[in-house]
Amino acid sequence: MRYIEPHAHMVSRTTSDYEALAYAGCKAVNEPAFWAGFDRSSGDGFYDYFRQITEYEPKRAAKFCIDHYCWLCINPKEAEDVGLAREVISIIPNFIPADNVLGIGEIGLNKNSKNELLILEEHIQLAADHDQMILVHTPHLEDKLKGTKLIVDALNNQSKIDPSKVIIDHVEEHTANIVLSNGYWAGMTLYPESKVTHNRAIDMLEMFGDENVWLNSACDWGISDPLSVPKAALEMRRRGYDDEYIDKIVYKNPVQFMSQSGKFKLH
Amino acid sequence: MKKTNLVDHGFMDARIKLIDVAAFLDRIQRHEQTDDYRFHALKDAINELQTDEVGRVGRILSKLSDHSVEPIDKADIQGAFGAPKPNNQ
Repeated sequence: MRYIEPHAHMVSRTTSDYEALAYAGCKAVNEPAFWAGFDRSSGDGFYDYFRQITEYEPKRAAKFCIDHYCWLCINPKEAEDVGLAREVISIIPNFIPADNVLGIGEIGLNKNSKNELLILEEHIQLAADHDQMILVHTPHLEDKLKGTKLIVDALNNQSKIDPSKVIIDHVEEHTANIVLSNGYWAGMTLYPESKVTHNRAIDMLEMFGDENVWLNSACDWGISDPLSVPKAALEMRRRGYDDEYIDKIVYKNPVQFMSQSGKFKLH
Repeated sequence: MKKTNLVDHGFMDARIKLIDVAAFLDRIQRHEQTDDYRFHALKDAINELQTDEVGRVGRILSKLSDHSVEPIDKADIQGAFGAPKPNNQ
């Protein structure tokens, strides 16, 4: 089986995980910039982080014949500090030309605060100004429904944004239709404690269709599984889906979305 | 697509999870911690399991969601609790 892991925070995973991904058939990983588990104290911390995901991680992935792509931003969990967020946004244009940068992300909201929304709008403007695709994080648990609505409104308010070049990730049953009906792509994250299980993701494919969707693990430093996409593919097979359908969901769909960036090329 | 017997496929898993929810509610009650708003949010959401209309997951998620529409003034915390605090409504 071949597949793409379209949302993985590989900086917090071991090299053994790259090996496991390769054994499972992973051809490329997508690494959105995220929260490190603690708040960074200055823009310099982000400068080094952006160097890590544009220079170092692609080399680590390449040792296992996996292509590595990334997205840049300051995560909404750190966006309450507007001064820091603007400092980080100001250095992002220096990294956009890097070969593996596909866009701005994972931007979005966390607790749906006024400052988070302000910084989200500034990230959207940055993407519009630099003709970049966008990868969006939606809030957790009780905050997801409200946050998804605020995010879709913010994106719809920027006329330069093409919804087909935006993926809104971590959708669940109560938010998927909000995303898809507005023309955006939807990501289903296989992270059982706070997002969806394999079977719920497959249920959503049955309910909302198999176009403009992808499955991802969002594996990070938390309790998460870098092999959750191939495990979901196995579950699809157990439920009777054929190889062609599974290939569309776990390979062709993410390739279709990411190929909208001229930089995405599978080796 | 091959037709799979989804009851065979998923019944035991669903049974385990249902019994675990029951055990959780009993545990909270035995330890006299039922004044937590999340206990009542969960019990209210469980009512959806008894309805006959497809869409139970979405309705449960909606019941466990903050339905306010304006951004909050400031994010004082970074985590989430799984159910909105009653004064958020």
